[in-house]
Amino acid sequence: MANFTPISAAIGGALIGLSAVLLMLFNGRIAGVSGIMGGLVNAPGSDRLWRIAFIAGLIAAPLAAGLAGYPVPMPKVPGNFAIIAIAGLLVGFGTRLGSGCTSGHGICGIARLSPRSIAATMVFMAAAIIIVALTRHVIGG
Amino acid sequence: MPALASLVCGFIFGLGLVISGMVSPTKVLGFLDVLSIPSGNWDPSLAVVMAAGLAVTGIGFALVRPRTPVFESESRWPTASTINRPLLTGAALFGIGWGLVGLCPGPAIADLATLSPAVIDFVIAMMLGMVGYDLWQSRAAPQIESKVLNTGTADG
Repeated sequence: MANFTPISAAIGGALIGLSAVLLMLFNGRIAGVSGIMGGLVNAPGSDRLWRIAFIAGLIAAPLAAGLAGYPVPMPKVPGNFAIIAIAGLLVGFGTRLGSGCTSGHGICGIARLSPRSIAATMVFMAAAIIIVALTRHVIGG
Repeated sequence: MPALASLVCGFIFGLGLVISGMVSPTKVLGFLDVLSIPSGNWDPSLAVVMAAGLAVTGIGFALVRPRTPVFESESRWPTASTINRPLLTGAALFGIGWGLVGLCPGPAIADLATLSPAVIDFVIAMMLGMVGYDLWQSRAAPQIESKVLNTGTADG
């Protein structure tokens, strides 16, 4: 397990949890990124500003980390332009249909012990694991 | 004030993604690639991120639950409780897309900071997928359109 980084993973995970708790404490909202994004499209104007602010903070973090000297490498996304676009469409449509993503279901939902979120997380984890097994070991291997 | 609090929360969330390495599709896919366990190349970091995130969120939510939010009149705790077909179908479609490229919504948005063309491609497609869902919903059930749209974030 040469790539395993347990300490930075634990610190990062705790910060994600802290963000979810603070957003609920201050604004009474669930820190689910797909829900925050999805609401941008159709929410009434008064409900839009906090969503834009959260997304702005999300983008500002890597910039600030980079300025502070923390390495923020260019993400290596596998696949060509078309595969990436198909993946994006699936993630966008799927998270709206399924009412959440890794943060909304995987962190906030499971933390509430929501049966819906536990089920959704098991399904999207299983689907992703199967796709990676196929693309890396069956097709790609 | 709610927007400022939200900005700070987004920033903390983003720092968590950067520090944990979850902004890297390589690290995410390294976790999802369970067939690499025998070779010793598996990366369990994502499981640690989730465990730490769940510990903090679980305790924090229990403390926050009885309180009224500081900047809003009421908390919007999700109320949906039935495990239904849209939930499971949506989760499966999301999982397929996530497994293809290793990007889910949070890290994809944070990675926009790098101006990576691949990430920009992904995020534009993701937003189209979200808009597509909303259009499909309003066509499928125009009579309950406003209701569906307002409760579209039932879980997060």
